[in-house]
Amino acid sequence: MGATAIPLNPSSTRSHMALLAIYWKETKYEFWKYLRLPLYCLLTIFFPVMFYVLFGLLMNRDGHMGGTSVCAYLIASYGTYGVMGAALYANGVGVATERGLGWLQVKRASPMPPSAYFAAKFAVSMIFSAASVLTLLTLGTLFGGVHFAMATAVQLVLTLVVGAIPFCAMGLVIGCFAGPNSAAAMVNMIYIPLSFASGVFFPIEKLPKFVQSLAPVLPPYHLAQLALGLVGAAKTGPCWPHWQVLIGCTLICLGVAWLGFQRDQGKMYG
Amino acid sequence: MGAVVAYLHSVSKSFGEVRALHNVDLTIRAGELVALLGPNGAGKTTAVKLFLGLTRPSAGAVTVFGGNPIHPAVRMRLGAMLQVAKVPETLRVREHIDLFSSYYPKPLPLAETLKVAGLEEIKDRKFGDLSGGQRQRVMFALALCGDPDLVFLDEPTVGLDVEARLLLWAQIRKLVAGGKTVLLTTHYLEEADALADRVVVIDHGAIVAQGTPTELKARTAVRRIRCVSCLDLLDVRDLPGVLDLRKDRDVLEIRATQVETVLRELLQRDRTLSALEVTSPGLEEAFLSLTGARNS
Repeated sequence: MGATAIPLNPSSTRSHMALLAIYWKETKYEFWKYLRLPLYCLLTIFFPVMFYVLFGLLMNRDGHMGGTSVCAYLIASYGTYGVMGAALYANGVGVATERGLGWLQVKRASPMPPSAYFAAKFAVSMIFSAASVLTLLTLGTLFGGVHFAMATAVQLVLTLVVGAIPFCAMGLVIGCFAGPNSAAAMVNMIYIPLSFASGVFFPIEKLPKFVQSLAPVLPPYHLAQLALGLVGAAKTGPCWPHWQVLIGCTLICLGVAWLGFQRDQGKMYG
Repeated sequence: MGAVVAYLHSVSKSFGEVRALHNVDLTIRAGELVALLGPNGAGKTTAVKLFLGLTRPSAGAVTVFGGNPIHPAVRMRLGAMLQVAKVPETLRVREHIDLFSSYYPKPLPLAETLKVAGLEEIKDRKFGDLSGGQRQRVMFALALCGDPDLVFLDEPTVGLDVEARLLLWAQIRKLVAGGKTVLLTTHYLEEADALADRVVVIDHGAIVAQGTPTELKARTAVRRIRCVSCLDLLDVRDLPGVLDLRKDRDVLEIRATQVETVLRELLQRDRTLSALEVTSPGLEEAFLSLTGARNS
Protein backbone atom coordinates (compact mmCIF):
# COMPACT_ATOMS: atom_id res chain seq x y z
CA MET A 1 0.00 0.00 0.00
CA GLY A 2 1.80 3.10 -1.14
CA ALA A 3 1.31 6.63 0.03
CA THR A 4 -1.49 7.87 -2.14
CA ALA A 5 -1.81 11.48 -1.27
CA ILE A 6 -4.68 12.99 -3.14
CA PRO A 7 -4.47 16.76 -3.19
CA LEU A 8 -7.14 18.40 -1.12
CA ASN A 9 -9.68 20.46 -2.87
CA PRO A 10 -8.60 24.11 -2.64
CA SER A 11 -12.18 25.16 -2.06
CA SER A 12 -12.23 23.11 1.12
CA THR A 13 -10.88 25.83 3.34
CA ARG A 14 -13.73 27.89 4.66
CA SER A 15 -14.11 31.62 4.39
CA HIS A 16 -15.17 33.70 7.36
CA MET A 17 -18.52 34.28 5.73
CA ALA A 18 -19.12 30.56 5.34
CA LEU A 19 -18.17 30.04 8.96
CA LEU A 20 -20.54 32.77 10.05
CA ALA A 21 -23.30 31.19 7.99
CA ILE A 22 -22.78 27.89 9.82
CA TYR A 23 -23.01 29.58 13.23
CA TRP A 24 -26.13 31.37 12.11
CA LYS A 25 -27.90 28.27 10.84
CA GLU A 26 -26.83 26.19 13.80
CA THR A 27 -28.32 28.80 16.13
CA LYS A 28 -31.45 29.28 14.04
CA TYR A 29 -32.31 25.59 14.00
CA GLU A 30 -31.32 25.14 17.61
CA PHE A 31 -33.84 27.86 18.38
CA TRP A 32 -36.61 26.15 16.40
CA LYS A 33 -35.73 22.88 18.01
CA TYR A 34 -36.35 24.25 21.51
CA LEU A 35 -39.24 26.51 20.61
CA ARG A 36 -41.12 23.42 19.43
CA LEU A 37 -40.31 21.59 22.63
CA PRO A 38 -43.23 22.34 24.95
CA LEU A 39 -41.36 21.22 28.06
CA TYR A 40 -38.56 23.67 27.43
CA CYS A 41 -40.87 26.63 26.90
CA LEU A 42 -42.78 25.59 29.99
CA LEU A 43 -39.65 25.67 32.09
CA THR A 44 -38.10 28.84 30.79
CA ILE A 45 -41.14 31.03 30.24
CA PHE A 46 -44.32 29.54 31.60
CA PHE A 47 -43.10 28.64 35.10
CA PRO A 48 -41.46 31.99 35.92
CA VAL A 49 -44.50 33.78 34.51
CA MET A 50 -46.89 31.60 36.48
CA PHE A 51 -45.01 32.23 39.71
CA TYR A 52 -44.86 35.92 38.92
CA VAL A 53 -48.58 36.16 38.31
CA LEU A 54 -49.36 34.13 41.42
CA PHE A 55 -46.94 35.54 43.99
CA GLY A 56 -46.63 39.00 42.45
CA LEU A 57 -49.61 40.20 40.53
CA LEU A 58 -52.31 38.27 42.42
CA MET A 59 -51.06 37.94 45.99
CA ASN A 60 -48.80 40.95 46.48
CA ARG A 61 -49.97 43.49 43.94
CA ASP A 62 -49.35 46.40 46.33
CA GLY A 63 -46.73 44.84 48.57
CA HIS A 64 -43.25 46.16 49.22
CA MET A 65 -40.06 44.27 49.74
CA GLY A 66 -36.39 45.16 50.01
CA GLY A 67 -37.06 48.82 49.29
CA THR A 68 -39.08 48.35 46.14
CA SER A 69 -42.45 46.94 45.14
CA VAL A 70 -42.92 43.19 45.21
CA CYS A 71 -43.83 43.25 41.53
CA ALA A 72 -40.52 44.92 40.63
CA TYR A 73 -38.53 42.71 43.00
CA LEU A 74 -39.95 39.53 41.51
CA ILE A 75 -39.13 40.56 37.94
CA ALA A 76 -35.47 40.44 38.96
CA SER A 77 -35.66 37.24 40.99
CA TYR A 78 -37.95 35.20 38.74
CA GLY A 79 -35.99 36.59 35.80
CA THR A 80 -32.90 34.98 37.31
CA TYR A 81 -34.91 31.81 37.87
CA GLY A 82 -35.98 31.67 34.21
CA VAL A 83 -32.44 32.34 33.00
CA MET A 84 -31.10 29.48 35.09
CA GLY A 85 -33.72 27.12 33.73
CA ALA A 86 -33.11 28.08 30.11
CA ALA A 87 -29.36 27.66 30.44
CA LEU A 88 -29.24 24.53 32.60
CA TYR A 89 -31.75 22.58 30.54
CA ALA A 90 -30.46 23.42 27.07
CA ASN A 91 -26.86 22.69 28.00
CA GLY A 92 -27.38 20.01 30.63
CA VAL A 93 -30.20 17.86 29.35
CA GLY A 94 -29.71 18.94 25.73
CA VAL A 95 -26.03 18.08 25.47
CA ALA A 96 -26.27 14.93 27.63
CA THR A 97 -29.05 13.54 25.46
CA GLU A 98 -27.43 14.37 22.14
CA ARG A 99 -24.04 13.18 23.32
CA GLY A 100 -25.32 10.02 24.94
CA LEU A 101 -27.66 8.93 22.17
CA GLY A 102 -25.34 9.39 19.22
CA TRP A 103 -26.52 12.62 17.63
CA LEU A 104 -23.44 14.61 18.62
CA GLN A 105 -21.33 11.90 17.00
CA VAL A 106 -23.20 12.28 13.71
CA LYS A 107 -22.47 16.00 13.85
CA ARG A 108 -18.85 15.44 14.75
CA ALA A 109 -18.40 13.15 11.77
CA SER A 110 -19.49 16.05 9.57
CA PRO A 111 -17.25 19.05 8.91
CA MET A 112 -19.22 21.13 11.42
CA PRO A 113 -16.86 23.19 13.59
CA PRO A 114 -17.51 21.78 17.11
CA SER A 115 -17.57 25.30 18.52
CA ALA A 116 -20.67 26.03 16.42
CA TYR A 117 -22.59 23.34 18.27
CA PHE A 118 -21.79 24.74 21.70
CA ALA A 119 -22.09 28.38 20.63
CA ALA A 120 -25.60 27.68 19.33
CA LYS A 121 -26.61 26.10 22.64
CA PHE A 122 -25.34 29.15 24.53
CA ALA A 123 -26.99 31.57 22.11
CA VAL A 124 -30.35 29.83 22.31
CA SER A 125 -30.20 29.77 26.11
CA MET A 126 -29.62 33.50 26.01
CA ILE A 127 -32.47 34.08 23.57
CA PHE A 128 -34.90 32.18 25.79
CA SER A 129 -33.51 34.00 28.82
CA ALA A 130 -34.28 37.30 27.12
CA ALA A 131 -37.78 36.11 26.23
CA SER A 132 -38.40 35.07 29.80
CA VAL A 133 -37.25 38.38 31.29
CA LEU A 134 -39.07 40.45 28.67
CA THR A 135 -42.32 38.64 29.39
CA LEU A 136 -41.97 39.35 33.10
CA LEU A 137 -41.12 42.99 32.42
CA THR A 138 -44.14 43.40 30.17
CA LEU A 139 -46.50 41.80 32.68
CA GLY A 140 -45.09 43.88 35.53
CA THR A 141 -45.38 47.09 33.57
CA LEU A 142 -48.90 46.39 32.35
CA PHE A 143 -50.45 44.86 35.47
CA GLY A 144 -48.04 45.30 38.37
CA GLY A 145 -47.60 49.04 38.44
CA VAL A 146 -43.90 48.70 37.69
CA HIS A 147 -42.34 51.73 36.04
CA PHE A 148 -38.72 51.26 35.11
CA ALA A 149 -36.78 53.87 33.22
CA MET A 150 -35.96 52.61 29.74
CA ALA A 151 -32.25 52.48 30.61
CA THR A 152 -32.97 50.39 33.71
CA ALA A 153 -35.12 47.95 31.77
CA VAL A 154 -32.48 47.53 29.07
CA GLN A 155 -29.77 47.08 31.68
CA LEU A 156 -31.83 44.48 33.50
CA VAL A 157 -32.42 42.44 30.36
CA LEU A 158 -28.77 42.65 29.32
CA THR A 159 -27.53 41.69 32.79
CA LEU A 160 -29.75 38.64 32.95
CA VAL A 161 -29.01 37.57 29.39
CA VAL A 162 -25.25 37.83 29.89
CA GLY A 163 -25.79 36.27 33.29
CA ALA A 164 -27.06 33.15 31.52
CA ILE A 165 -23.49 32.31 30.46
CA PRO A 166 -22.27 30.92 33.81
CA PHE A 167 -25.35 28.71 33.95
CA CYS A 168 -24.78 27.55 30.38
CA ALA A 169 -21.31 26.52 31.49
CA MET A 170 -22.71 24.84 34.58
CA GLY A 171 -25.23 23.00 32.42
CA LEU A 172 -22.44 21.94 30.10
CA VAL A 173 -20.69 20.22 33.00
CA ILE A 174 -23.79 18.09 33.47
CA GLY A 175 -24.12 17.69 29.71
CA CYS A 176 -20.58 16.37 29.38
CA PHE A 177 -20.68 14.01 32.36
CA ALA A 178 -24.25 12.82 32.87
CA GLY A 179 -25.90 10.01 30.98
CA PRO A 180 -28.87 10.77 28.74
CA ASN A 181 -31.34 9.39 31.25
CA SER A 182 -29.95 10.91 34.42
CA ALA A 183 -29.25 14.42 33.13
CA ALA A 184 -32.77 15.76 33.70
CA ALA A 185 -32.77 14.49 37.28
CA MET A 186 -29.35 16.01 37.89
CA VAL A 187 -30.42 19.36 36.49
CA ASN A 188 -33.47 19.38 38.75
CA MET A 189 -31.35 18.39 41.71
CA ILE A 190 -29.23 21.46 41.15
CA TYR A 191 -31.74 23.90 39.75
CA ILE A 192 -34.44 23.84 42.41
CA PRO A 193 -32.30 23.75 45.59
CA LEU A 194 -29.92 26.32 44.13
CA SER A 195 -32.83 28.63 43.34
CA PHE A 196 -34.13 28.39 46.88
CA ALA A 197 -30.81 28.74 48.63
CA SER A 198 -29.78 31.72 46.51
CA GLY A 199 -32.91 33.68 47.24
CA VAL A 200 -34.04 33.47 43.65
CA PHE A 201 -37.21 31.59 44.27
CA PHE A 202 -37.96 33.03 47.65
CA PRO A 203 -36.68 36.42 48.90
CA ILE A 204 -33.43 35.83 50.68
CA GLU A 205 -34.43 38.00 53.63
CA LYS A 206 -37.11 35.49 54.49
CA LEU A 207 -34.85 32.48 54.48
CA PRO A 208 -33.30 30.95 57.61
CA LYS A 209 -30.11 32.66 58.79
CA PHE A 210 -27.78 29.80 57.91
CA VAL A 211 -29.10 29.68 54.34
CA GLN A 212 -28.55 33.42 54.12
CA SER A 213 -24.94 32.95 55.10
CA LEU A 214 -24.56 30.09 52.60
CA ALA A 215 -26.05 32.00 49.67
CA PRO A 216 -22.95 34.08 48.75
CA VAL A 217 -21.06 30.96 47.68
CA LEU A 218 -23.78 30.10 45.16
CA PRO A 219 -23.55 31.66 41.69
CA PRO A 220 -27.29 32.40 41.30
CA TYR A 221 -27.14 34.59 44.39
CA HIS A 222 -24.71 36.87 42.62
CA LEU A 223 -26.74 37.15 39.44
CA ALA A 224 -29.87 37.80 41.51
CA GLN A 225 -28.06 40.52 43.46
CA LEU A 226 -27.02 42.19 40.21
CA ALA A 227 -30.58 42.09 38.91
CA LEU A 228 -32.07 43.19 42.23
CA GLY A 229 -29.59 46.05 42.37
CA LEU A 230 -31.01 47.35 39.12
CA VAL A 231 -34.58 47.33 40.43
CA GLY A 232 -33.43 49.01 43.66
CA ALA A 233 -33.68 46.05 46.00
CA ALA A 234 -30.18 44.71 46.52
CA LYS A 235 -28.04 44.91 49.58
CA THR A 236 -25.70 47.81 49.12
CA GLY A 237 -22.35 47.16 47.53
CA PRO A 238 -20.50 47.33 44.22
CA CYS A 239 -21.42 45.15 41.24
CA TRP A 240 -17.92 44.04 40.33
CA PRO A 241 -17.45 41.32 43.00
CA HIS A 242 -20.65 39.67 41.79
CA TRP A 243 -19.39 39.64 38.22
CA GLN A 244 -16.08 38.28 39.41
CA VAL A 245 -17.80 35.32 41.02
CA LEU A 246 -19.87 34.69 37.89
CA ILE A 247 -16.83 34.89 35.60
CA GLY A 248 -14.86 32.58 37.87
CA CYS A 249 -17.71 30.11 37.94
CA THR A 250 -17.94 30.21 34.14
CA LEU A 251 -14.25 29.49 33.69
CA ILE A 252 -14.18 26.66 36.20
CA CYS A 253 -17.27 25.04 34.70
CA LEU A 254 -15.98 25.35 31.15
CA GLY A 255 -12.73 23.72 32.24
CA VAL A 256 -14.50 20.85 33.95
CA ALA A 257 -16.88 20.42 31.01
CA TRP A 258 -13.91 20.30 28.67
CA LEU A 259 -12.35 17.52 30.75
CA GLY A 260 -15.62 15.61 30.60
CA PHE A 261 -15.82 16.05 26.84
CA GLN A 262 -12.25 14.76 26.39
CA ARG A 263 -12.84 11.82 28.68
CA ASP A 264 -15.90 11.00 26.63
CA GLN A 265 -13.93 11.04 23.37
CA GLY A 266 -11.42 8.61 24.80
CA LYS A 267 -13.88 5.90 25.65
CA MET A 268 -16.10 6.07 22.61
CA TYR A 269 -17.13 2.52 22.15
CA GLY A 270 -18.11 0.75 19.01
CA MET B 1 -8.85 -0.10 -10.48
CA GLY B 2 -9.35 3.29 -8.92
CA ALA B 3 -6.83 5.15 -6.79
CA VAL B 4 -6.69 4.38 -3.09
CA VAL B 5 -8.80 6.99 -1.34
CA ALA B 6 -8.64 5.70 2.22
CA TYR B 7 -6.88 3.01 4.15
CA LEU B 8 -6.30 1.50 7.54
CA HIS B 9 -2.70 0.39 7.85
CA SER B 10 -1.93 -2.21 10.55
CA VAL B 11 -4.58 -0.64 12.72
CA SER B 12 -5.37 -1.94 16.17
CA LYS B 13 -7.90 -0.40 18.48
CA SER B 14 -8.58 -1.31 22.08
CA PHE B 15 -11.13 0.10 24.45
CA GLY B 16 -9.58 -0.62 27.81
CA GLU B 17 -9.37 -4.39 28.05
CA VAL B 18 -11.51 -5.00 25.00
CA ARG B 19 -9.72 -5.34 21.70
CA ALA B 20 -12.05 -4.11 18.97
CA LEU B 21 -9.65 -4.35 16.03
CA HIS B 22 -6.39 -6.17 15.71
CA ASN B 23 -3.81 -5.40 13.03
CA VAL B 24 -6.30 -4.56 10.31
CA ASP B 25 -5.33 -3.52 6.80
CA LEU B 26 -8.19 -2.20 4.77
CA THR B 27 -8.08 -0.26 1.55
CA ILE B 28 -10.86 1.63 -0.18
CA ARG B 29 -10.44 2.53 -3.82
CA ALA B 30 -12.19 5.28 -5.75
CA GLY B 31 -15.52 4.30 -7.22
CA GLU B 32 -15.98 0.98 -5.47
CA LEU B 33 -18.55 -0.15 -2.97
CA VAL B 34 -16.88 -2.11 -0.22
CA ALA B 35 -19.03 -4.05 2.20
CA LEU B 36 -17.56 -4.71 5.61
CA LEU B 37 -19.39 -7.82 6.61
CA GLY B 38 -19.38 -9.38 10.02
CA PRO B 39 -21.46 -10.40 12.99
CA ASN B 40 -22.39 -7.89 15.68
CA GLY B 41 -19.39 -6.84 17.71
CA ALA B 42 -16.91 -7.81 15.00
CA GLY B 43 -15.41 -4.31 14.87
CA LYS B 44 -17.24 -2.89 11.85
CA THR B 45 -18.42 0.29 13.54
CA THR B 46 -15.00 0.82 15.08
CA ALA B 47 -13.45 0.67 11.60
CA VAL B 48 -15.93 3.29 10.36
CA LYS B 49 -15.25 5.53 13.35
CA LEU B 50 -11.53 5.29 12.69
CA PHE B 51 -12.02 6.30 9.07
CA LEU B 52 -14.11 9.25 10.22
CA GLY B 53 -11.60 10.33 12.86
CA LEU B 54 -14.16 9.86 15.62
CA THR B 55 -11.76 7.64 17.49
CA ARG B 56 -8.00 7.32 17.35
CA PRO B 57 -6.24 4.03 16.59
CA SER B 58 -4.27 2.43 19.43
CA ALA B 59 -1.68 1.45 16.83
CA GLY B 60 -1.27 1.84 13.09
CA ALA B 61 -2.28 4.60 10.71
CA VAL B 62 -5.55 5.87 9.26
CA THR B 63 -5.34 7.86 6.07
CA VAL B 64 -8.24 9.37 4.19
CA PHE B 65 -7.66 11.39 1.03
CA GLY B 66 -3.99 11.50 1.91
CA GLY B 67 -4.60 13.08 5.30
CA ASN B 68 -5.87 12.65 8.80
CA PRO B 69 -9.68 12.43 8.91
CA ILE B 70 -9.92 14.82 11.83
CA HIS B 71 -8.83 17.58 9.46
CA PRO B 72 -11.90 19.60 8.39
CA ALA B 73 -10.65 19.71 4.80
CA VAL B 74 -10.79 15.89 4.73
CA ARG B 75 -14.16 15.74 6.45
CA MET B 76 -15.62 18.04 3.81
CA ARG B 77 -15.15 15.19 1.34
CA LEU B 78 -16.79 12.59 3.56
CA GLY B 79 -20.36 11.74 4.30
CA ALA B 80 -21.47 9.43 7.08
CA MET B 81 -24.57 7.59 8.08
CA LEU B 82 -24.01 6.36 11.62
CA GLN B 83 -26.16 4.41 14.00
CA VAL B 84 -27.87 6.89 16.24
CA ALA B 85 -30.38 6.20 18.99
CA LYS B 86 -32.08 9.58 18.93
CA VAL B 87 -32.18 12.41 16.42
CA PRO B 88 -33.69 15.78 17.39
CA GLU B 89 -37.34 15.20 16.69
CA THR B 90 -38.73 18.70 16.51
CA LEU B 91 -36.83 19.70 13.39
CA ARG B 92 -38.32 19.15 9.96
CA VAL B 93 -36.68 16.96 7.34
CA ARG B 94 -35.68 19.89 5.14
CA GLU B 95 -34.32 21.78 8.14
CA HIS B 96 -32.04 18.92 9.14
CA ILE B 97 -30.75 18.73 5.58
CA ASP B 98 -30.37 22.48 5.22
CA LEU B 99 -28.25 22.61 8.38
CA PHE B 100 -25.97 19.73 7.38
CA SER B 101 -25.61 21.12 3.86
CA SER B 102 -24.28 24.35 5.34
CA TYR B 103 -21.27 22.49 6.78
CA TYR B 104 -19.99 21.65 3.30
CA PRO B 105 -18.36 23.98 0.75
CA LYS B 106 -20.34 22.72 -2.26
CA PRO B 107 -23.48 20.97 -1.09
CA LEU B 108 -26.13 19.54 -3.36
CA PRO B 109 -29.13 21.81 -3.79
CA LEU B 110 -31.79 20.94 -1.22
CA ALA B 111 -34.22 19.84 -3.92
CA GLU B 112 -31.72 17.38 -5.29
CA THR B 113 -30.86 15.87 -1.92
CA LEU B 114 -34.57 15.43 -1.22
CA LYS B 115 -35.01 13.76 -4.58
CA VAL B 116 -32.04 11.42 -4.30
CA ALA B 117 -33.09 10.25 -0.84
CA GLY B 118 -36.76 10.05 -1.79
CA LEU B 119 -37.89 12.61 0.76
CA GLU B 120 -39.73 15.12 -1.39
CA GLU B 121 -43.15 14.27 -0.07
CA ILE B 122 -42.16 14.35 3.57
CA LYS B 123 -39.77 17.29 3.57
CA ASP B 124 -41.98 19.36 5.86
CA ARG B 125 -42.55 16.61 8.40
CA LYS B 126 -40.85 16.69 11.74
CA PHE B 127 -38.32 13.95 12.30
CA GLY B 128 -40.27 12.64 15.25
CA ASP B 129 -43.28 11.93 13.04
CA LEU B 130 -41.41 9.72 10.56
CA SER B 131 -41.41 5.95 10.20
CA GLY B 132 -38.26 3.89 10.66
CA GLY B 133 -37.58 3.68 6.94
CA GLN B 134 -38.14 7.40 6.47
CA ARG B 135 -35.81 8.18 9.35
CA GLN B 136 -33.06 6.08 7.79
CA ARG B 137 -33.60 7.91 4.50
CA VAL B 138 -33.12 11.24 6.29
CA MET B 139 -29.87 9.96 7.80
CA PHE B 140 -28.89 8.84 4.32
CA ALA B 141 -29.70 12.33 3.00
CA LEU B 142 -27.49 13.88 5.70
CA ALA B 143 -24.64 11.63 4.55
CA LEU B 144 -24.85 12.71 0.95
CA CYS B 145 -26.13 16.31 1.11
CA GLY B 146 -22.58 17.69 1.09
CA ASP B 147 -21.86 15.93 -2.21
CA PRO B 148 -18.99 13.96 -0.61
CA ASP B 149 -16.59 11.76 -2.57
CA LEU B 150 -16.53 9.01 0.03
CA VAL B 151 -19.59 7.88 1.94
CA PHE B 152 -19.66 5.66 5.02
CA LEU B 153 -22.87 3.81 5.71
CA ASP B 154 -22.86 2.04 9.06
CA GLU B 155 -25.57 -0.65 9.08
CA PRO B 156 -27.84 1.49 6.91
CA THR B 157 -30.74 -0.92 6.70
CA VAL B 158 -30.72 -2.44 10.16
CA GLY B 159 -34.23 -2.76 11.50
CA LEU B 160 -35.93 -1.86 8.22
CA ASP B 161 -38.69 -3.89 6.62
CA VAL B 162 -38.07 -5.50 3.25
CA GLU B 163 -39.64 -2.74 1.20
CA ALA B 164 -37.73 0.05 2.94
CA ARG B 165 -34.53 -1.94 2.62
CA LEU B 166 -34.93 -2.45 -1.12
CA LEU B 167 -35.63 1.25 -1.55
CA LEU B 168 -32.46 2.19 0.30
CA TRP B 169 -30.49 -0.37 -1.70
CA ALA B 170 -31.64 1.27 -4.90
CA GLN B 171 -30.52 4.64 -3.56
CA ILE B 172 -27.12 3.28 -2.54
CA ARG B 173 -26.66 1.76 -6.01
CA LYS B 174 -27.46 5.13 -7.59
CA LEU B 175 -24.85 6.75 -5.36
CA VAL B 176 -22.15 4.41 -6.66
CA ALA B 177 -23.39 4.74 -10.24
CA GLY B 178 -22.97 8.49 -9.79
CA GLY B 179 -19.25 7.99 -9.09
CA LYS B 180 -19.17 7.96 -5.30
CA THR B 181 -17.05 5.60 -3.26
CA VAL B 182 -18.93 3.80 -0.52
CA LEU B 183 -17.95 1.78 2.52
CA LEU B 184 -20.94 -0.02 3.92
CA THR B 185 -21.04 -2.17 7.02
CA THR B 186 -23.62 -4.84 7.39
CA HIS B 187 -24.34 -8.11 9.07
CA TYR B 188 -26.81 -8.99 6.34
CA LEU B 189 -25.11 -11.27 3.85
CA GLU B 190 -27.64 -10.68 1.16
CA GLU B 191 -26.99 -6.96 1.49
CA ALA B 192 -23.27 -7.39 0.88
CA ASP B 193 -24.03 -9.82 -1.93
CA ALA B 194 -26.52 -7.48 -3.57
CA LEU B 195 -24.56 -4.24 -3.35
CA ALA B 196 -20.85 -4.75 -3.00
CA ASP B 197 -18.06 -4.84 -5.55
CA ARG B 198 -15.85 -6.21 -2.82
CA VAL B 199 -16.74 -7.88 0.45
CA VAL B 200 -14.41 -7.76 3.42
CA VAL B 201 -15.34 -10.30 6.06
CA ILE B 202 -14.42 -9.24 9.56
CA ASP B 203 -14.74 -11.23 12.74
CA HIS B 204 -13.39 -10.70 16.26
CA GLY B 205 -11.61 -7.56 15.13
CA ALA B 206 -9.66 -9.14 12.29
CA ILE B 207 -10.21 -9.49 8.57
CA VAL B 208 -10.85 -13.14 7.75
CA ALA B 209 -11.37 -12.93 4.02
CA GLN B 210 -11.99 -10.52 1.19
CA GLY B 211 -12.95 -10.64 -2.44
CA THR B 212 -15.88 -10.17 -4.76
CA PRO B 213 -19.06 -11.89 -3.60
CA THR B 214 -18.51 -14.54 -6.28
CA GLU B 215 -14.92 -15.16 -5.22
CA LEU B 216 -15.91 -15.57 -1.63
CA LYS B 217 -18.61 -18.04 -2.50
CA ALA B 218 -16.16 -19.99 -4.63
CA ARG B 219 -13.49 -19.97 -1.97
CA THR B 220 -15.57 -22.13 0.24
CA ALA B 221 -16.54 -24.78 -2.24
CA VAL B 222 -18.47 -26.55 0.45
CA ARG B 223 -21.64 -28.22 -0.69
CA ARG B 224 -24.26 -30.13 1.14
CA ILE B 225 -25.46 -33.60 0.22
CA ARG B 226 -28.73 -34.94 1.53
CA CYS B 227 -30.08 -38.36 0.77
CA VAL B 228 -31.97 -41.31 2.14
CA SER B 229 -29.43 -44.07 2.60
CA CYS B 230 -28.84 -47.26 4.51
CA LEU B 231 -25.19 -46.37 4.99
CA ASP B 232 -23.87 -45.82 8.46
CA LEU B 233 -21.94 -42.76 9.52
CA LEU B 234 -18.93 -45.00 10.00
CA ASP B 235 -19.16 -46.11 6.38
CA VAL B 236 -18.77 -42.64 4.93
CA ARG B 237 -16.68 -40.83 7.50
CA ASP B 238 -13.45 -41.65 5.71
CA LEU B 239 -14.51 -40.31 2.32
CA PRO B 240 -12.25 -37.53 0.97
CA GLY B 241 -13.29 -33.94 1.68
CA VAL B 242 -16.00 -34.71 4.19
CA LEU B 243 -16.23 -31.90 6.70
CA ASP B 244 -19.07 -33.08 8.84
CA LEU B 245 -21.95 -35.43 8.61
CA ARG B 246 -24.96 -36.55 10.53
CA LYS B 247 -27.74 -39.04 10.23
CA ASP B 248 -31.26 -38.51 11.31
CA ARG B 249 -33.14 -41.84 11.03
CA ASP B 250 -32.40 -42.77 7.42
CA VAL B 251 -31.60 -39.27 6.17
CA LEU B 252 -27.90 -38.77 5.71
CA GLU B 253 -26.50 -35.24 5.57
CA ILE B 254 -22.93 -34.52 4.53
CA ARG B 255 -21.01 -31.28 4.09
CA ALA B 256 -18.03 -31.81 1.90
CA THR B 257 -15.57 -30.03 -0.37
CA GLN B 258 -14.98 -32.70 -3.02
CA VAL B 259 -18.63 -33.34 -3.50
CA GLU B 260 -18.31 -35.24 -6.79
CA THR B 261 -15.96 -37.86 -5.33
CA VAL B 262 -18.14 -38.27 -2.31
CA LEU B 263 -21.21 -38.74 -4.48
CA ARG B 264 -19.55 -41.34 -6.67
CA GLU B 265 -18.58 -43.37 -3.64
CA LEU B 266 -21.96 -42.99 -2.00
CA LEU B 267 -23.81 -44.23 -5.06
CA GLN B 268 -21.46 -47.17 -5.41
CA ARG B 269 -21.70 -48.22 -1.78
CA ASP B 270 -25.44 -47.88 -1.48
CA ARG B 271 -27.50 -49.07 -4.44
CA THR B 272 -30.72 -48.13 -2.64
CA LEU B 273 -29.75 -44.51 -2.11
CA SER B 274 -32.65 -42.17 -2.92
CA ALA B 275 -34.00 -38.63 -2.54
CA LEU B 276 -30.62 -37.18 -3.40
CA GLU B 277 -30.12 -33.43 -3.06
CA VAL B 278 -26.98 -31.39 -3.55
CA THR B 279 -27.08 -27.75 -2.55
CA SER B 280 -24.34 -25.20 -3.01
CA PRO B 281 -23.91 -22.56 -0.37
CA GLY B 282 -24.96 -18.97 -0.56
CA LEU B 283 -22.73 -16.26 0.71
CA GLU B 284 -24.22 -17.11 4.06
CA GLU B 285 -22.63 -20.52 4.22
CA ALA B 286 -19.37 -19.14 2.91
CA PHE B 287 -19.50 -16.53 5.61
CA LEU B 288 -20.28 -19.02 8.32
CA SER B 289 -17.45 -21.27 7.30
CA LEU B 290 -15.06 -18.31 7.17
CA THR B 291 -15.99 -16.94 10.57
CA GLY B 292 -16.64 -20.39 12.02
CA ALA B 293 -13.17 -21.60 11.10
CA ARG B 294 -11.75 -18.81 13.18
CA ASN B 295 -13.98 -19.41 16.13
CA SER B 296 -13.17 -23.07 16.52
